[in-house]
Amino acid sequence: MLTNEQSAQTLPELAAPAVQPETETMTGAVATLQALLAEGVDTIFGYPGGAIIPIYDALYDFKEQLNHVLVRHEQGGIHAAQGYARSSGKVGVVFATSGPGATNLVTGLADALIDSTPLVCITGQVFAHLLGTDAFQETDIINITTPITKWNYQVTNAEEIPEALAKAFYIARSGRPGPVLIDITKNAQQQKHDFAPYVPCTHIRSYRPVPIVRPEYIREAAALINQAKRPFVLWGQGVILGKAEQEFKAFIEKSGIPAAWTILGAGALPTDHPLNVGMLGMHGNYGPNVLTNECDVLIAIGMRFDDRVTGRLDKYAKQAKVIHLDIDPTEIDKNVATTVPVWGDCKETLPLLTALVEAKLHPEWHERFRVHMEQEVDAVIREELFPTSEEMTMGEVIQQLNELTEGEAVIVTDVGQHQMVACRYAKLNKTRSNITSGGLGTMGFALPAAIGAKFGTPHRPVVAIIGDGGVQMTIQELGTIMQTGVDVKIIILNNRFLGMVRQWQELFNDRRYSFVDIQSPDYVTVASGYGISGKRVEARAELKQSLHQMLEHPGSFLLEIMVSKENNIFPMVPQGCSVAEIRLR
Amino acid sequence: MSQQASIDRQEYNITAYTENQVGLLNRIAIIFSRRKINIESLNVSPSEIEGIHRFNIVINETEEVVGKLARQIEKQIEVLKVYYNTNADVIWQEMALYKVPTDVIAEKAIVERLLRENGARAVVIRKDYTVFETTGHREETDNLIRVLQPYGLIEFVRSARIAIIKASDGFNSKLREFERREPSTEPAENEYLNSRDKVFTM
Ligand SMILES: Cc1ncc(C[n+]2csc(CCOP(=O)(O)OP(=O)(O)O)c2C)c(N)n1
Repeated sequence: MLTNEQSAQTLPELAAPAVQPETETMTGAVATLQALLAEGVDTIFGYPGGAIIPIYDALYDFKEQLNHVLVRHEQGGIHAAQGYARSSGKVGVVFATSGPGATNLVTGLADALIDSTPLVCITGQVFAHLLGTDAFQETDIINITTPITKWNYQVTNAEEIPEALAKAFYIARSGRPGPVLIDITKNAQQQKHDFAPYVPCTHIRSYRPVPIVRPEYIREAAALINQAKRPFVLWGQGVILGKAEQEFKAFIEKSGIPAAWTILGAGALPTDHPLNVGMLGMHGNYGPNVLTNECDVLIAIGMRFDDRVTGRLDKYAKQAKVIHLDIDPTEIDKNVATTVPVWGDCKETLPLLTALVEAKLHPEWHERFRVHMEQEVDAVIREELFPTSEEMTMGEVIQQLNELTEGEAVIVTDVGQHQMVACRYAKLNKTRSNITSGGLGTMGFALPAAIGAKFGTPHRPVVAIIGDGGVQMTIQELGTIMQTGVDVKIIILNNRFLGMVRQWQELFNDRRYSFVDIQSPDYVTVASGYGISGKRVEARAELKQSLHQMLEHPGSFLLEIMVSKENNIFPMVPQGCSVAEIRLR
Repeated sequence: MSQQASIDRQEYNITAYTENQVGLLNRIAIIFSRRKINIESLNVSPSEIEGIHRFNIVINETEEVVGKLARQIEKQIEVLKVYYNTNADVIWQEMALYKVPTDVIAEKAIVERLLRENGARAVVIRKDYTVFETTGHREETDNLIRVLQPYGLIEFVRSARIAIIKASDGFNSKLREFERREPSTEPAENEYLNSRDKVFTM
């Protein structure tokens, strides 16, 4: 390739040539990596195999610019990329080979789609001429992943690579984010082509990521809010995805409206903020659930009225006028009929709304939340956080952790009772501090997601909180920790049961404990096999000191904490019940 | 399904304008199959603008469900625009072909009269068979099957439904506009918010 200078030297007699974009000949594999660099990618989570060898071969020369994390299973790879994306706000990138490599991504794609996580997954595919022949490790990953990707595309020709990847990144991160999969046949990776300079994608004519803001709906929403006697804000991950934490804070501080969060929205407003009244949903706080059915105006911001949040829909907030702010038009009126739909990016709509709402305090309404919180503290919280029983509770572990981290850690949770306890009680000072599998409820998420979260925010402590069931689903990622030396603190809350399922069996199936009694290996020994320090805590007396030891330890540390076997998570909105029927015990 | 829902169900015609992209048919089809909704009729063909295809999808559902499905379709990256309409709101046609032995038609004058009465037109006449074509509503094309059955109908085929929306100004001008402005970064329009219950769009 000639540089501008060289061409000027070799062709002195010619007038300055019109500026022509210079092309460069390279393989599709190199073009793939160049595209990643152009998109600002610094970290890739992946696992090689036959159909993606050309890309891995090219990667050998890009080791300085691209940090490839070799995971132990592609599911671990994609959950790590999710953790990376959720902690950093950047697009997570995954490499996998064809066939089993690609199918191992399925759970993570489904998880990322339902939790709106921006990912670009690149899978190798068999040679284009072998498509449809049942070739070795050929799987129709495009059709398998169509319902679980925001977009997917198969590249069969090197020439298509830059444009396909430019679209992939644009689609993954714009509008309501989501996972994209690009399947690249081996011939396209190997093929040489004369590539023009990379052009990022900024527009696709059939895709409108952000709806136009309609001032009349802002005005209608503000009028409803200004007339409201008992307004109530519900916020979700949309506030975080829209990077609208400040705008959100300004809105509720001016309007004085009590605000409650979905588990994916947790941390967008600090736990200690006086207007933060707690968690919504099945195991959320008492007041926010009960008072959902007493508020007069419900303002939902970047949340999608999931059934775990709403309980029985035909008894959900029927008395209230509903204002719904969302970037995704399919969410408006999907589960809950809105009075005023405020379509758009909440980073744009919230300041417009703030400008029109009156400054208020709503002291009597806040008092209702305070009274309900007092009831909940008496009935549930005090005993959970400061137990008088001999056995340790999950809540006291989180409480002690809060005291040590002071709310500065990124908390990554798996799925089950420990997840609900961690979400309910973890103190979060900063946004992007609570990483959990919300919509899909994927056991096995936490360990790999914590690895990714640490790569995404290397300067923050990352603590994974995992059940003894879930940790055994992706425990092989201890190998990734060993090899990369990434600093992740792992807390296993061991209740010797698949606790959440056991709780349901206790409450709703006459204690018929059907296959929830799960045995564990000696986790400390397993960790030491991977060169990871660890400790088992069996008595309360050692708890605080052990947590302290874990946090102070240079590098990863595994802490197995033996907690009460048959504790239940309350409050609880039983399935099929309305939020107002939430049980305190 | 509640009784009310079954009463409110009727045929809806969903019209979608899309890019011409491999895999998009599947992406749209699974929006229905995921919800266990049967597609009664599906036509996909090039629109008047090169590179843009038009889907005509017929389903039996309540308006609430159809509205949500339409939004889910429009959410797909490569879909430009979706409308939905009741049968009363569209002009629709299906085309049918009938293969009949030529000697029967030649011998029996009544057959020719029946074909004429049913608006059928011969497309191919061979020594052994003749192919007739009609277009119309389902009952009309069905009727001709009944008529021809006693005379040795050899083969029958019916196309999917195509439908033109009565009230709409049409999408032609918008399609041309798309073409003219490309690439444009402006979101195109937001009609849904102007009349939320009538028009669907984002
Ligand atoms: C992959 C997967 N399989 C099954 C489930 C169903 N499930 C939800 S919670 C749970 C129990 C989790 O047990 P454990 O990891 O020990 O956590 P605990 O509830 O005891 O805190 C199960 C089996 C799931 N969410 N994900």
